[in-house]
Amino acid sequence: MSTTTSTTRTISVVINGTSYERDVPASLLLVHLLRDDLDLTGTHIGCDTGSCGACTVVLGGEAIKSCCMLAVQADGTSITTVEGLASDDGALTPLQQSFHDHHALQCGYCTPGMLMSATALLEQNPHPDEHEVKVALQGNICRCTGYWNIVEAVVAVGEGGAS
Amino acid sequence: MLLREVEYARPATVEEAIALLSEHDGARALAGGQTLVNVMKARAASPDVLVDLADLAELRTISFSADQSALEIGAMVTNTMVISSSEVEVARPILAEVAATIADVQIRNRGTVGGNVCVNDPTNHYPPLLSALGATFTIRSAAGERVVSAEEFFLGVYVTAVSEGELLTRISVPTRRPGTGDGMAGITLGAHGTYLACAAATVGPDGVRISIGCVAAVPVRATEMEERLADGDLSEAAVRAAAHGLGATLDPPSDVHANAEYRSHLAEVSAVRAVLQAAERAEG
Repeated sequence: MSTTTSTTRTISVVINGTSYERDVPASLLLVHLLRDDLDLTGTHIGCDTGSCGACTVVLGGEAIKSCCMLAVQADGTSITTVEGLASDDGALTPLQQSFHDHHALQCGYCTPGMLMSATALLEQNPHPDEHEVKVALQGNICRCTGYWNIVEAVVAVGEGGAS
Repeated sequence: MLLREVEYARPATVEEAIALLSEHDGARALAGGQTLVNVMKARAASPDVLVDLADLAELRTISFSADQSALEIGAMVTNTMVISSSEVEVARPILAEVAATIADVQIRNRGTVGGNVCVNDPTNHYPPLLSALGATFTIRSAAGERVVSAEEFFLGVYVTAVSEGELLTRISVPTRRPGTGDGMAGITLGAHGTYLACAAATVGPDGVRISIGCVAAVPVRATEMEERLADGDLSEAAVRAAAHGLGATLDPPSDVHANAEYRSHLAEVSAVRAVLQAAERAEG
């Protein structure tokens, strides 16, 4: 009567609108599924301890750290990675354009995670103030310490949306 | 990071989950994974079987007990659910307030209340808070259900009353009655970082309950301070006087962030702040 256990599992997951079905080891981290198996290398690995947020993706509308989740835990979910932001013709989202306009990236390593945390924030709260942006980005570390322009870029998107 | 090979199951019912946890030595319940996945990376834990609780919808609810005397929080409720819950806002808003200071948004979205208390890291937020609030913990096994107090639940560093073949299903927090106020204060590393020392307090018609975090393996009730405040005088002078000497009764660990003496001092300060905050809210 009991559920059986297995070291692998077949999972179905929708990523950036595309459905994938894969047999994955139970020990596989979601970030490795994205990067190594699906070639979605825009999602970065920084600390690999859940501290830096470079691996942030949006899962079911919420920002999560894909290095702190097993791929099998994502079975049945819908995920957006940084590759899912710009449209196929390369048109940037207002957030991406704002990062460009405000020089909100230096080396760029943290940028995919910053964009995904801010994307989730703006979906839930289209006009965040500076404090709300800082709280939303608390789990994302920028080692260039370019926080000021990042916060400005996100606030500006909300202000643009309000006008 | 590559993890060691592990068996995995995703049961559809609590009964199946308990059966899996009973049948396999080295089986661990997987809640949000915000601690467990990272300790597996570090090989600090190497479970043979992960029993993923994700599909157990009955553990993901926040509701009231039949007589409305308690808020019933399912073990798989995430911190984000606590923050946005209208039941929590009405019945015990301190829970949402504290949940909003745990780690960061991404971790709050995945991390669960049950996972946080079952890890029982001495620096975690919920153990001292739930101890001060007089919460009870419902643990299920094949033999049935048992309900334990915070004092009985938190047993040691990373150790709780949940033993092999058992599963924490629910945390029950008494609903706030008129004239009751709650507070939590502490000193953190960074704005929402790990606590160096913290204290939670509740004041009300039944007196004062104070629980200190980060100073021992489990939350420590400041019973002497509670007794000194039993006469109901919660003025700042009275609270400071009641806390005097509390730090000297504690025996916290030293680490790179704070030595034992400093941590004891922070605990005493935190206790004063938590009680004053709770007292102010009890009046309001």
